[in-house]
Amino acid sequence: MRIFDPHIHMTSRTTDDYEAMAAAGIEAIIEPAFWLGQPRTTLGSFVDYFDGLIGWERFRAGQFGIRHHCTMGLNPKEANDEELARQVLELLPRYLAKDRVVAVGEIGFDGMTVAEERAFAAQLGLAVEHDMPVLVHTPHRDKPAGTTKSIELVRQSGIAPERVVIDHNNELTYEEVLDSGCWAGFTIYPDTKMDEHRLVRIVERVGIDRLIVDSAADWGRSDPLKVPKTVAALLEAGIDEADVQRLVWDNPVTFYGVGGRLELAGDDQDGAPDPAATFAGNSILRGAREA
Amino acid sequence: MIPLEHDSLELALSARLDAGRRAWYDDAIARVRATPEMIATVFPAVGRGVGRGPLDPDATGNPVTSWSVDDAARTLLLVALGDHAESELEPLYRHGDARERRGVLRALAFIDLDLNLGLRLVDDGLRTNDVSLIAAAMGPFAAERLDDAAYAQGVLKCVFVGVSLTEITGAQERTTPELSAMLGRYVHERIAAGRTVPADVWPLIDRHPPATELAAIEAELDHPHADRREAAEAALAGRLPTNP
Repeated sequence: MRIFDPHIHMTSRTTDDYEAMAAAGIEAIIEPAFWLGQPRTTLGSFVDYFDGLIGWERFRAGQFGIRHHCTMGLNPKEANDEELARQVLELLPRYLAKDRVVAVGEIGFDGMTVAEERAFAAQLGLAVEHDMPVLVHTPHRDKPAGTTKSIELVRQSGIAPERVVIDHNNELTYEEVLDSGCWAGFTIYPDTKMDEHRLVRIVERVGIDRLIVDSAADWGRSDPLKVPKTVAALLEAGIDEADVQRLVWDNPVTFYGVGGRLELAGDDQDGAPDPAATFAGNSILRGAREA
Repeated sequence: MIPLEHDSLELALSARLDAGRRAWYDDAIARVRATPEMIATVFPAVGRGVGRGPLDPDATGNPVTSWSVDDAARTLLLVALGDHAESELEPLYRHGDARERRGVLRALAFIDLDLNLGLRLVDDGLRTNDVSLIAAAMGPFAAERLDDAAYAQGVLKCVFVGVSLTEITGAQERTTPELSAMLGRYVHERIAAGRTVPADVWPLIDRHPPATELAAIEAELDHPHADRREAAEAALAGRLPTNP
């Protein structure tokens, strides 16, 4: 079983997590740009964060044979600092052009403010302009209304709905998302947004077309092994193995591969991980280097 | 080694581009000529457009530190910017990933630029421990423009991170008596720690044989500890015989 976790914030996870993920069969990941748990106050903090997503984090994942990709965007929470938001939006095209940047995201609503809507619409425009898919975050509070409003903005932007995944769905939102033509993402959390057993029921009901499963693991209570655990739950419930494989590998590869920026295997550069490799002077092999 | 002329670089690149990649490259050149600011989004996409393999398919050196196809295309794109190249260099480097940064460093010898800007970028590249950036930073621009002290530190950095000195342009010519002595002290430190020494340091040491350091290294052959004697023998075995 090939496993892809298309939404995981590795910057806030440990090297032990990478080791456990590789052991559990996770081969590829996407790290969406998001916030840090508290708002940034200067553009430089965004620049350094974006540089980390295409630099050190990519390298760190590679040490465990995991292919790291990312999405670039201004998250909804920080869209509310309007002056800073303007500067970040101006910077984004540079970063959207990078290798292994596979989508615009995560964008969307948090508190459903006017500033959030403005940044969301502007970034849907960037996705159209740069011909990239979009990852949409839906709010924790008043999720059904936030989902409906997100679909409305997607329609207004003119982007093809099949280029958009709306994430963090629950039992009350996913049918509207699928009906809109967008993809529906399910974040499997230890006890909040969705768990693997609730997902089994959804798969039994609608199948796996245009469904995406991810862990969205970050610095909160979350689990970077939720995608492999979901695989186990689906198989145990008797879902066909070929369908499970399509759900956790083919679907994210199809959705995020449209721009040709997934680098999954046999690329010119990246073969097997080199445990002695260093990135800008920082080896993860503390004290173990010998020239 | 890549000849330091645009024409030769263009020929070397042309030989490595199939029709599809050629079309991408020609279009990229045309776009940045027409609208120089386009370089901000064209530059990151170069590897996807032209590939990332070695520029010289028969090269035997380390591919990490040798010219690649995307290095050559990035240099030629910057050359195509003409007078606009200088102002784009710093933001391209600042926001670049590792391949874009090495692309900027490779290009320094090919474009007219303010000396201090070039030195600042070389200095940043040398401060990392990324071998691809260090090798690119120690190119012909550094050989021509770094002062003796900075050049010597750059050579030493190469030795420490494992960039072969045989791949560093002009290293022989730039070796001062002080650099020969520094490398001699480095060899002595490695032997005293019972560690190995890369053979490619010897030609630079023997450029200006440092009597004190060489005597200290040879004294290690008689050291009471076997590991130091053995390290000294192994290190000196890599030294080519010198004329008396």
